[in-house]
Amino acid sequence: MKARSKFLIGGAFVLSTAGYLMVSSIDETAQYYLTPTELASKVSDNPRFVKTGVKVGARVVNGTIKRDPSGRSLSFQMTDGAKVYNVVYTGIAPDTFTDGVDVVVEGRLDSNGTFQATTLLAKCASRYENAPEKYKDTPGYKAATAGPRA
Amino acid sequence: MILVGELSLWVALLMAAWTTIVSYSGGHQGRADLIRSGERALYATFAFTLVASIGIWTALFTHDFSLKFVASFTSINLPKVYTFTAFWAGQSGSMLFWCLILTMYAAIAVFSNRQTNRPMMPWVTGTLGVISLFFLMMMCFGANPYERIDWIPPDGRGMNPQLQNPGMAIHPPMLYLGLVATAVPFAFAVGALITRNLDAAWLGAVRRWALVSWFFLTIGITLGMWWAYVELGWAGYWAWDPVENSSFFPWLTGTAFLHSIMIQEKRGMLKKWNVTLVMATFLLSILGTFITRSGIIESVHAFAKSDVGYWFLYFLIASTALSAYLVATRLNDMKAKAELESMVSREAAFLYNNLVLVGICLATLWGTLLPILSEWVSGDKLNVGRPYFNTVNWPLGLLLLALTGIGPLIAWRRASVSNLRRQFTFPIALGVVVFVALIALGMRAPYALVSYLIAGFVMGTILQEFYKGIGARRRMYSEGLFAASMRLVGRNRRRYGGYIVHFGVVVMFCAFAGQLFVREVEPLVKTGDVVKATDAYGKEWTFTSQGLSSFNQLNRKVLAISFAVTRDGKPMGILSSEKRQHVDSRGEDTFEPSTEVGLLESPSQDVYMVFTGAVDAQTAAVHITFNPLVWWVWFGGIMMAFGGIIVMWPQAHRSERESGYVAEMKPRAVPELVGAGS
Repeated sequence: MKARSKFLIGGAFVLSTAGYLMVSSIDETAQYYLTPTELASKVSDNPRFVKTGVKVGARVVNGTIKRDPSGRSLSFQMTDGAKVYNVVYTGIAPDTFTDGVDVVVEGRLDSNGTFQATTLLAKCASRYENAPEKYKDTPGYKAATAGPRA
Repeated sequence: MILVGELSLWVALLMAAWTTIVSYSGGHQGRADLIRSGERALYATFAFTLVASIGIWTALFTHDFSLKFVASFTSINLPKVYTFTAFWAGQSGSMLFWCLILTMYAAIAVFSNRQTNRPMMPWVTGTLGVISLFFLMMMCFGANPYERIDWIPPDGRGMNPQLQNPGMAIHPPMLYLGLVATAVPFAFAVGALITRNLDAAWLGAVRRWALVSWFFLTIGITLGMWWAYVELGWAGYWAWDPVENSSFFPWLTGTAFLHSIMIQEKRGMLKKWNVTLVMATFLLSILGTFITRSGIIESVHAFAKSDVGYWFLYFLIASTALSAYLVATRLNDMKAKAELESMVSREAAFLYNNLVLVGICLATLWGTLLPILSEWVSGDKLNVGRPYFNTVNWPLGLLLLALTGIGPLIAWRRASVSNLRRQFTFPIALGVVVFVALIALGMRAPYALVSYLIAGFVMGTILQEFYKGIGARRRMYSEGLFAASMRLVGRNRRRYGGYIVHFGVVVMFCAFAGQLFVREVEPLVKTGDVVKATDAYGKEWTFTSQGLSSFNQLNRKVLAISFAVTRDGKPMGILSSEKRQHVDSRGEDTFEPSTEVGLLESPSQDVYMVFTGAVDAQTAAVHITFNPLVWWVWFGGIMMAFGGIIVMWPQAHRSERESGYVAEMKPRAVPELVGAGS
């Protein structure tokens, strides 16, 4: 057999191994990535969907964050504007987690319809900030624009 | 100066347009005056972009808060060094910075190649002009750093505390220097394809630029890992986040190209493949920019969703179509000069190296883009995380590591049995010794054992090469050990610089395997409490709480927890972690509190402590991680960059002998003297 065809066979072997690993680990680890509304409709279509672990992207409802003093767990509400879920998260919240930020939570719904999150990602809103309105609301700005203080 | 800068931006835009038009038409009609005008316009584009950048820096340092950009990312009390780096802290400024690097590279590339690669240069200049034009247009119309706000705030918002870190200050420029440098080889590939000059001539310039790109990407990615490690507080350095992956794609294809180009140089093979790799590397850096800027894929690194991202998508689609068209219509000009002769040869090893690098790239790309692709196909967004990337990339990575050892030592064309025995007996023996020794020491994790077996093998090949080379010099020239090693590397920079890079890679793999032995504890501690823990080496640690303290420092309020640490009874010093609340110049809180990690670093392991919260004035919740071998990730990164410098260092002309395929391509005026050169 020519070296070229041998190489192609070897290459096909390497690539198919990689392909197999890709497919099998997607089967094992892939998660649905939903908005609260999509999650609600999945659950109403099929009540057993509750058991499926999912990722949900939503926004934290202002003023709903309750932190455990140890910093180990917290609860809040998240929404996409249409559907609101209570979330309980056990673990360390990232520094960027606060009122009104976009979060991505991983976990599943419990029997009460509360989302039990195992991971919590908060998007740091500032890095490539594009919304000019946003910084007008920061406390520093309000104070600054209120004029000089004694 | 600010007004001058703003105007310069628009002039630069016009100059880039001019460059494009006259270079392409000059190339098309073969008119030297147009070609020269195009080159000069490209230099002018750089000059005006530079003035525009100086304008932004002026605005930053004079605290001109009427500029939205300045108000959004700096404040009066921001330290000077971060005021300087704020230039690339936000969308529009970083785009300008990108343009600055791009036009600088373009000017250097055109200036240094204007005589050597005559026929293709107008197309190279024009292509660099188009790319500059695209970025400048996007900035002028999409994200202009000179955009004003209708009121002048007395102070700016300040910089995100997580970006106030030396790693973050230099990580973006390094990454940009790497990503943008892929544009130059791309432009050369376009020029070579259009003019059908597809032999060795364009490769020299392309290889240098590919190296520059690889070098800066390596540094940029390593710094990004370091920043994530010390700043984000999750005790890891690589999370397979889409943004991290974005910088990894062009690194992988660029690395593949730097290897496969050797086969084209020596044997005249793989021409199509090389052109494709060069183009893919550039397209992947644009894709990465699109992913990070558009917010199309959820990432920890948030980037406010903006229309700017879609400019990249359109640009990406257009340049992919153009690249595919050019390659497809030039296939006949890229016939190989030789064929693969044996599976047991350096060519085959390099081909597999390329296959694996591209395989890792595709697998990572697939995992990264899965949310988008699955939504298209089934309407449901599917998502994969770290387990997927680790499962797929560990085996591929180990195969790659093994090839790192095999490739450089195996003979070209067809390796003989004696070549194999001579080259590989010692390395294989070393790998086995490492493997057995680790089992004897009690290591049982199979992944780690296999990793260290292969790492030992590769390390053996590198040691053997240096040993043989130094030995030969000492015998032939009776040099001392030091002089022999210096000259060995100095006279063969490509080869031995490459080995140093490989050494860095081996070290990194060893460090990655250390992640399999992480231990952690999560205690609640009152002042005076003692936390006991055992690390992966079986050493006993104690952490005695020194209590909470609060104080003010620079532009922040700090709440800190400290521990006195001992290992096996021996004092190891104090470990502190802080919660920081940054304040503006009026003492008002800005941003969310940030956490400063406590770190005891050593080559064997890091002790990584995060202050997660204060329960009351006495009690703190902390998270302590024993993180083996992380130190070696940074060391490996430094070694890779160091090796890269050695490879790139300009060689004195006399020792630059071309061989193989390249030598055959060059007309030889004077026959070589017998025995000349060594």
